[in-house]
Amino acid sequence: MLAKRIIPCLDVKDGMTVKGTNFVNLRQAGDPVELGRTYSEQGADELVFLDITASHEGRKTFADMVQRVAATLSIPFTVGGGINELKDVDRLLSAGADKVSINSAAIRRPELIDEIANHFGSQVCVVAIDARMDEKGWTCYLNGGRIPTERNLFDWAKEANDRGAGEILFTSMNHDGVKTGFANEALAQLAADLTIPVIASGGAGAMEHFREAFTEGHADAALAASVFHFGEIKIPELKQYLQAQNIIVRQ
Amino acid sequence: MNVAIVKYNAGNIYSVIHALTRLGVEPLLTDDPEKLMAADKVLFPGQGEASNAMQYLREHKLDQVIRDLKQPILGICIGQQLMCRHSEEGNVDCLGIFDVDVKRFLPQKHEDKVPHMGWNTLEETKSHIFNGFCGGEYAYFVHSYYVPICPDTAAVTNYIQPFSAAMHKNNFYATQFHPEKSGAVGERILKNFLEL
Repeated sequence: MLAKRIIPCLDVKDGMTVKGTNFVNLRQAGDPVELGRTYSEQGADELVFLDITASHEGRKTFADMVQRVAATLSIPFTVGGGINELKDVDRLLSAGADKVSINSAAIRRPELIDEIANHFGSQVCVVAIDARMDEKGWTCYLNGGRIPTERNLFDWAKEANDRGAGEILFTSMNHDGVKTGFANEALAQLAADLTIPVIASGGAGAMEHFREAFTEGHADAALAASVFHFGEIKIPELKQYLQAQNIIVRQ
Repeated sequence: MNVAIVKYNAGNIYSVIHALTRLGVEPLLTDDPEKLMAADKVLFPGQGEASNAMQYLREHKLDQVIRDLKQPILGICIGQQLMCRHSEEGNVDCLGIFDVDVKRFLPQKHEDKVPHMGWNTLEETKSHIFNGFCGGEYAYFVHSYYVPICPDTAAVTNYIQPFSAAMHKNNFYATQFHPEKSGAVGERILKNFLEL
């Protein structure tokens, strides 16, 4: 049976992880390659590295880091941040990334999804969507949640699916950082609407939240950052818990 | 050890090179028939589209070179599919090493997403590349087409229906999954292959 995936997400700025960690055994706590290796050894199924650098120099540093990650890790990893055109995708895949995650650039120019799917295959194209629930429903946001759009989450996710996206990474801005669980109703709606896998993001605070994302949200994978970085949830224990709850995970 | 990787137009081979490097092998990426024939081991990895890949192999006379290899060769992902008789992807005749045709996954219910992507279990493993396996090990898959169960099947995975997760016939080995992306399990398979 296909396993549900657990995906730690690392924010990277100027080649270093931004959020702190309490991994005591790391030689360099801020080195994304070391942290990625640690997660891989603990049983993470995939990793996501998000480049939150703004500068041109930082972009080059990130591509160098992608090369080191590819040389070190033997599990798949996705990279995102600052991808605006096909040549950005080519640069990161050539550095050894397995998939790229596109967000604002895809909303601004949806044809980017078609282009990536046609050139490199749907399997490399993860479309990340940041959305917030308000009185009008679920609205998509740009630039890390700073700029609202006219786009509805479900309409945009369906369009991305139809244009050739390989996966949808949905972050609920209402749930992100609150640690009270994922946006399971919206996730279940996405799972019903789409023909591609959905990655749940935003809201993980306890192990049962992961179970609910899979059982109630019907997500194919669940992503989290701080609960892993701060050791509040350890991946081996999380996987043991999920298996005991009859959820299929890779042990 | 002299390990060659078949150079052709099918996708990203960096991860295979990295995986071999981690095992202490420096592979040679080449489309030179003489160098491929002279290698101790040959890898035939790739992601891509079958008919374009076959066209490239034929134009570069690599199709016959691969068929004629006598040393162990390991096809990975599209490599396994190209080693079969025919593929529904682009309706193309392939290398014909394994006497079976490649089919596209047909979803039976909404939850059956195509491509089959992620970690799934290997069952009924039988080949030297699975030395030390007891069944139930997880490997990483990304594919929309599959090889049905046949006499050359060397491992079975179940997605929509049981299919050939790995194959073996004489000196020809193949995996539908990506050993280079399958963590410690994949490393053991590559190590077993290098030790053949």
